Amino acid sequence: MQVEVSGSAVISLLVDNESGALARIVELFSGRGYNIQSLTVAPVDEHGQTSRVNIVTTGTQSSIRQVKTQLERLVPVSRVVNLTAEGPYVAREMALVKVVSSGEPRTEALRIAQAFRARAVDTTASSFVFELTGSTDKLDSFIELMRPLGLVEVSRTGVASICRGPQTIQNF
Amino acid sequence: MTRTTGSTTLDAQTTATLPGAEVLMRALVEQGVEVIFGYPGGAVLPIYDALFKQTHIRHVLVRHEQAAVHAAEAYARSTGKVGVVLVTSGPGATNAVTGLLDAMMDSIPLVCLSGQVPTPLIGNDAFQEADTTGITRPVTKYNYLVRKPEDLAPAVHEAFAIARSGRPGPVLIDLPKNITVGDAPYTDAQSVTPRTTRMGATPDRAAVARAVAAMKAGKRPLFYTGGGVINSGPQASENLRKLVELTGFPITSTLMGLGAFPGTDSRFLGMLGMHGTYEANLATHDCDVLIALGSRFDDRVTGRLDAFSPNSFKIHVDIDPSQINKIVHVNEGIVGDVGQIIAMMIEEWEKQPAYAHKADLEAWWAQIEAWRALDCLRFTQDNAADAVIKPQQAIQRIYELARQTGRDTYVSTEVGQHQMWAAQFFRFDQPNRWLTSGGLGTMGYGLPAAVGAQIAHPDALVLDVAGEASTLMNIQELGTIAQYRLPVKIFIINNHYMGMVRQWQELLHGSRYSESYSDALPDFVKLAESFHATGLRVTRLDQLDATIRQALEHDGPVVVDICVAEGENCFPMIPSGAAHNQMILGPEQEESGATISKEGQMLV
Repeated sequence: MQVEVSGSAVISLLVDNESGALARIVELFSGRGYNIQSLTVAPVDEHGQTSRVNIVTTGTQSSIRQVKTQLERLVPVSRVVNLTAEGPYVAREMALVKVVSSGEPRTEALRIAQAFRARAVDTTASSFVFELTGSTDKLDSFIELMRPLGLVEVSRTGVASICRGPQTIQNF
Repeated sequence: MTRTTGSTTLDAQTTATLPGAEVLMRALVEQGVEVIFGYPGGAVLPIYDALFKQTHIRHVLVRHEQAAVHAAEAYARSTGKVGVVLVTSGPGATNAVTGLLDAMMDSIPLVCLSGQVPTPLIGNDAFQEADTTGITRPVTKYNYLVRKPEDLAPAVHEAFAIARSGRPGPVLIDLPKNITVGDAPYTDAQSVTPRTTRMGATPDRAAVARAVAAMKAGKRPLFYTGGGVINSGPQASENLRKLVELTGFPITSTLMGLGAFPGTDSRFLGMLGMHGTYEANLATHDCDVLIALGSRFDDRVTGRLDAFSPNSFKIHVDIDPSQINKIVHVNEGIVGDVGQIIAMMIEEWEKQPAYAHKADLEAWWAQIEAWRALDCLRFTQDNAADAVIKPQQAIQRIYELARQTGRDTYVSTEVGQHQMWAAQFFRFDQPNRWLTSGGLGTMGYGLPAAVGAQIAHPDALVLDVAGEASTLMNIQELGTIAQYRLPVKIFIINNHYMGMVRQWQELLHGSRYSESYSDALPDFVKLAESFHATGLRVTRLDQLDATIRQALEHDGPVVVDICVAEGENCFPMIPSGAAHNQMILGPEQEESGATISKEGQMLV
């Protein structure tokens, strides 16, 4: 038997915006032992009837195929696309990062924030809250750099994703 | 077109407003419901009042909500219709959970209506409140909490569509009391577009052609069919018979698939899997093309996965795409209705060049016949008049004597050794006659299932092959049997043990029979009599046939306490963690060298 390597995948779903829809998705992951690394959900149509869910999951290719087919069985789920498997896509998330420091570390934090194009959305004499948008990797490295410079709190949105080019989730 | 679903409002076709409970009745009648299995309570009183005022739907009062669900499952399984259950809020709904999961695992179409406290009280820990949609989410195909009157009728129509479409399953509708008391508009089924999933799409003909080409190339082919063939409807079983006839290939079946192909046909190798026949399991192991039709590679079928049918080209037909490559990697997966795909396979078989491996197929059959000659189900019954009855003897005679009556016969079972022996010894000619809890293995299934089958088929012979431990789990249904004068025949194979537990303790745990002895059993004869049924007991071989005949001939419910040998084990057996070619055989056959590893011991 071949040993399959584990990797991560971004799965995007369109779901009816009804009570319990998110619970169905989350319980499917926990009940079947799949991982959720991040999850975002928000209504995306003009009437607020459809929500888009983006899930970053990890697993072997075959287990991720299983995740997709299991998600497709859910009644309120109208579309499931494994963006990682389907071609180029954009995935972005936002982080709010709080740094409490003074002196040299505070100046250094500000300098790195500028290099990352992070915005200081709250500033006091002893603290900054930086807002940073980008790929998960970029956010990870920014947070790592802030850690020795007085990082005290992080809040991240999880990934929002969309495929590149004129194609939409509807045409897959 | 504006979509109308259970969760969005309707646009047209709204007729007069009626009390919600009456809207519910009307929707059920429109869906063709004839029977509801249920139990009343505070939150469903308005529904029971509406039931009282109408004449289209018959209500069968069970004695426990779990039994309502099992009865509805058997009703559904034996008729092909959707079974309907009605339970009250709180404990009524939680008692139904086991039944719902049983239906989910065995793909049985059900709609369960549950009462709920009024919407303003939800979340307040009201009397008999439960988060029913939360609790039942993982055990149903879909569920609803109807919060708005206009959602009621569309939810009912969509629920039936979901229950019966694709891979069938249970759907629950939670009905707050203010919704059933208050007025609601009626929407007819035609103006509701159900969100049934994309399952049931047209099968890929090219994949069917490739599958048939692989079948034509097979020298040692085998059909492995499951409950999907039965769910697909009688036409699928007809098509399967044609396909087997046409190809001349051998066929084995899962527990849930028994009856789809005639059990008496020489091409049928019996059931495969943990307690499958020697010939079926060895054929599964040695075949070069395995054609899985409506089966799902359950662990009870596959045994040790890396040794499951190791050298075969595998074809898997299933209506549920998530089943393909879930457990066993297959070479050709085809998604769609199995009956339709079998029909396409027949067309392709006739279109493609003639089968060129007839000699190999004959050699394969010769090998199968050699395995069959071992007669793996043979057992020795002491023929003395006062001999202790072997459980196998009892079940075989129930089968043979029931067959002699010539009546259309439905058989339910509880769960355990007797269930496996019944699966081994009963040979079904038709689908929908075999009612058993396969996926979940629910003790207490058989007695309420017999209720459901007899309600659906009042003139048929309905047998429950039971164990003394299992049947006690829903023994209260003798009350339902008495109330509706259901002439079911309950054969309790009484070995004073939870037999399958005892067998595993003998094989895996040094014969330490921890808590598996059925102590302090009731007197089943007196128990039957107290429930207005006939009770019979048999302890000696020379009375066995006469007692079974007496039960079969009696025009009323009968409980037969068949006292059998205590220490019998069910063979053949593939121990957990072993491969199909490592079966343990019975004392009558040669001992085979399977041993149970530590890893095997961890498997259930």
